[in-house]
This record gives sequence, structure tokens and C-alpha cells, in this order.
Amino acid sequence: MGRFFGPLVLSYSLSQKASSPMAQYELRCRECGRSWGNQPRSICDECFSPLEITYDYDSIQASISEGTFSRERIAQRPPNMWRYSELLPLPEGFEPRLPVGFTPLLHAPTLAARLAGSQNDAKAAAQNLYIKNDAVCLPTLSFKDRVVAVALAQAKAFGFDTVACSSTGNLANAVAAHAARLGLKAWIFIPSDLEPAKILGTQVFGANVVRIAGNYDQVNRLCSQIAEERRWGFVNVNLRPYYAEGSKTVGFEIAEQLGWRLPDNVVVPMAGGSLIVKIKKAFDELSKLGLVEEKPVKFFGAQATGCSPISTAVKTGSSEIDPQKPATIARSLAIGNPADGHYAIKTIKHSGGWSEDVSDPEVIDSIRLLAETEGIFTETAGGVTVGSAGKLYRQDRILPEETTVLCITGNGLKTTDVLAGVFEVERPIAPKLAEFEKYLSETLDTIEAAKEIPATVGA
Amino acid sequence: MAITVQIPTALRRHTAGVSSIACAATNLGELFSVLDEKFPALKPHLRDEAGQLRRFLNIYVNEEDIRFLGGPGYAFQDGDEVLLVPSIAGG
Repeated sequence: MGRFFGPLVLSYSLSQKASSPMAQYELRCRECGRSWGNQPRSICDECFSPLEITYDYDSIQASISEGTFSRERIAQRPPNMWRYSELLPLPEGFEPRLPVGFTPLLHAPTLAARLAGSQNDAKAAAQNLYIKNDAVCLPTLSFKDRVVAVALAQAKAFGFDTVACSSTGNLANAVAAHAARLGLKAWIFIPSDLEPAKILGTQVFGANVVRIAGNYDQVNRLCSQIAEERRWGFVNVNLRPYYAEGSKTVGFEIAEQLGWRLPDNVVVPMAGGSLIVKIKKAFDELSKLGLVEEKPVKFFGAQATGCSPISTAVKTGSSEIDPQKPATIARSLAIGNPADGHYAIKTIKHSGGWSEDVSDPEVIDSIRLLAETEGIFTETAGGVTVGSAGKLYRQDRILPEETTVLCITGNGLKTTDVLAGVFEVERPIAPKLAEFEKYLSETLDTIEAAKEIPATVGA
Repeated sequence: MAITVQIPTALRRHTAGVSSIACAATNLGELFSVLDEKFPALKPHLRDEAGQLRRFLNIYVNEEDIRFLGGPGYAFQDGDEVLLVPSIAGG
């Protein structure tokens, strides 16, 4: 391979004492293949296409042969995303300071029974449905902690003292928290209509929050311009190729937690379209390196109907994105001109998968369904994933006997505003046993009556 | 009638450092003709071998994506500011 920073060594302070050899890597244009070494840039000056991290897989293969990056060795490492460091673009001497990732992969039999159709289907689906629960990813309760962890490792290495991002919320939280931990200044650009919890959950870390009177795509365009003027590390602009690689750890973990095997189907929420593409890259890398047995995996995308440029393209057979003006409560997915839309469409189509989208009421019903069946409180994006998965089961695009993983990427405590008015505030009762007995009797009557109202999702 | 075109940093090595120009183009086709004539080295970076606008080059008119204004057929108005933004990242 061409110019590299490396060979690199990672010493784990959060992890094991022994150093692990790191992969060599560099930036390459996704379209024309030009090499760009390692630097803070996301586009190829020749053709304006996005840059991608390419690894020296021969050296990684050698680590596997030597036993330093085997399944067994990985399993001995601490339970966080750094256990896959050989397949991440980390700078020389990087020492992780946060135990990000390795979130639970949960069997989801009750949800499966509700999403699948007939009783027999429900039984089969109950055996085979899993939730990858990044609603509990540390430190800020979304999968964005993974990408930011990698981006800020590089930001430090490139000498930035200020990091920045355009965000639909979760990224804002993650950049602000990780920057605080690493002693970096943070500038966060957000659409002005973001959920209050996500704004507060950014400000609390001492970040500078700039509210833009516009939608995410406008914020993003502005950030592209600011990134040209200031020497800041924009995690999703000039650090984007490094940042995006952090998403692969979702795929690595799914494979390892399934017992080093790939699922049949993955359902992934899509905003910019990067996550679904990177999970595929993760599966491909594991297969190429012999860490899992190669098998076809179908990739299914999930969007909100009010912002569904990728889903629309898949359904209409287009290979290109027709941008949309977002109008949905799923604000974390409200990107009308998705940067990786083209590649997401390609990933879905080539895998034999599909994309679905759900309305805002379906998003809310699905948030409740996941919470009531599996005890997982997800944000609106998770509602989109669960609602879309229900449609895919009903369309027989996902079969009950297939191993299926739903990616839940964020926590419901951040988007409680969408549930305002859904639940009644109970009247207080006097602290007397008789009062409680009366209350209980009335409540049970209400529950019985409610059972007669059919559910709208998963029925 | 005059419009202004902002050239992004990534392209300025093909424009001898020029960061913006004013011209009288009335639509995107005419604008590209003006740029071709003024900065011949720019052409292959804006359009592919088939002459199509490169997939990852975004055109904005007064902060709005030109695709929301009717696409390449949009008729420029006097005073319009056109931005060429390579590969919007984000997400």
C-alpha cells in the first residue's frame, strides 16, 4: 500500500496491559481510487467523491495467523469497541479513555411474536429475533459514541484543539461529552427545532451550541463552508472517513455476540446512510479475514415516511437520491440529502434487501411496542426501526426462521417530548389502604376496557 | 443581470486562487460554459467523462439546493449567489 502512518501500536489503559499491533491504513477515494495518505479531509479533490479508509489486510491477516487477533484473543479483551482496534483507524500510541460500545445483543421473543404474523410464524420468529441495543451505549446513550470515539482520537493526533459537528442531536451529545473528557473545545451546530433534551444534553458538557434557523441539510452545508475557513476538526466533515469507521464496531459486535456468525438479516435506521454501509463493511472484513464464515446477509433500511429519500429510491428502483425536505418527529433521522445515500441504496439492493418507512404515529406506537415487549426505551429512530421491521415481516421480506437483528441506535429518554400527551398524569390518592383498593378496582376496569381496543402495530 | 459564483477551496488550485466570479449566466448550462472558458482546468472536476455533473458536487442558489428549485433548468435571477459545494458530508 502507499503512504501510511505506521506501523502503529495501541497501548490499552482501559483494556489489557499488553500492546496490540494496529492495522495500517490510509484514505482512498471511493470512486477514482486515488490515495490521500492520512490527513483531515473527506473528499477527493479530483472527482469530489467521498474518501474511505482502506486497510492493509495482509498485515491484519498475519496478526490472525500469529494468534494476536484471533477470536479467542478478542474474547479475552475488555468488553468495549477497542477490542477490534486492528480494524479501526487509530493513531499511533492512542490510549482509549472511555469504554465505548459492546452493548447488549438481546434476544427479543416477545417483540418477535408481535411482529410476525400467524401463531406458527410467531413461534419461529421468537427464536430468531435480536435487538442490538445501543440505547445504552456509553457515555451518551447512542451509537454516535462509537464514531466520535474514533474521530476524536484522530482529532488529537492531527493537532486540533477544537472539534465541531453538524448534528441532529445524538452526535451533538457525543461530541460534547467526548471533547470534555479529552480536554478539547467543542462547537456544535444544530437545527433550531431539535428536541430540548438533546440541546441540554450537549450544553451540560460545556460545548458551544449554535442553533441554526434551518433544517439539518442547511446546517450541514454551512458546516462544510465553515470547515474550509477554520482549523477545526469537524467530525462529520474533514474527519468523516475516520469517524464513519467507528460504525463498523456495531457489525463486529453483532457477529461476535451471535457466536462468531453472521445473521441472515439486519434492519438499520438510516439518516445519512453511513451505518448500514459500515455494518456491511464490518461483515465483509470479518469474512475476508476468516473470523466468520462468509454468508449472504440481507440489509434492510428503515426511515420515517416524512424523510425517506433512501427508502423512496429503493422502492422506485432509483440508484440516486432525490433530496427531500424533512417533516417528521424522527429528528435524528431527518436528513433529506443523505451523504451516503447512494452507497446505502447499493448496499441494500446488492444484498437482496429492501427499505421501508413508517409514519409518525407508527413511530410512537413502535416505541411503545418495544418498551412494553422487551423493556427497551428507544428514541424515535428506534421506533422507525421496529415499525419498519414489522412491515418487512408482514411483507415476508423477513422470514420468521431467519436470524434477524434490529439496530436500536438511541435512547428514549432523549425524545420524551414526542410522547407528551400519550400518557395521562395519574391523580394522587390519599395514603390509605381503602383509597388504594378503590383506585385498584377502578384501574383494573380501565385496563379491561382498553384490551378491547386493537393494537395498530405488530398486530 | 449578474450572478455571483463562489468557488470552494478544493477547486481554487484550478482557478489560480480565484474564490468568486461575477457573470451573466442565465442557467446552470451557461454558468458551466462561462467557467469552462475562464478556467479550462476546472472542467473535468465539475463534470464526468459523459459530461454529466459529478454525482458528489452540490449546487446551491442562495443557500437552497438547486434540485429544490427545479434542478439544472432553474433560471437564475439577478443577484443570485451560486455555491459549488463538493460532497456534502454529515450524517
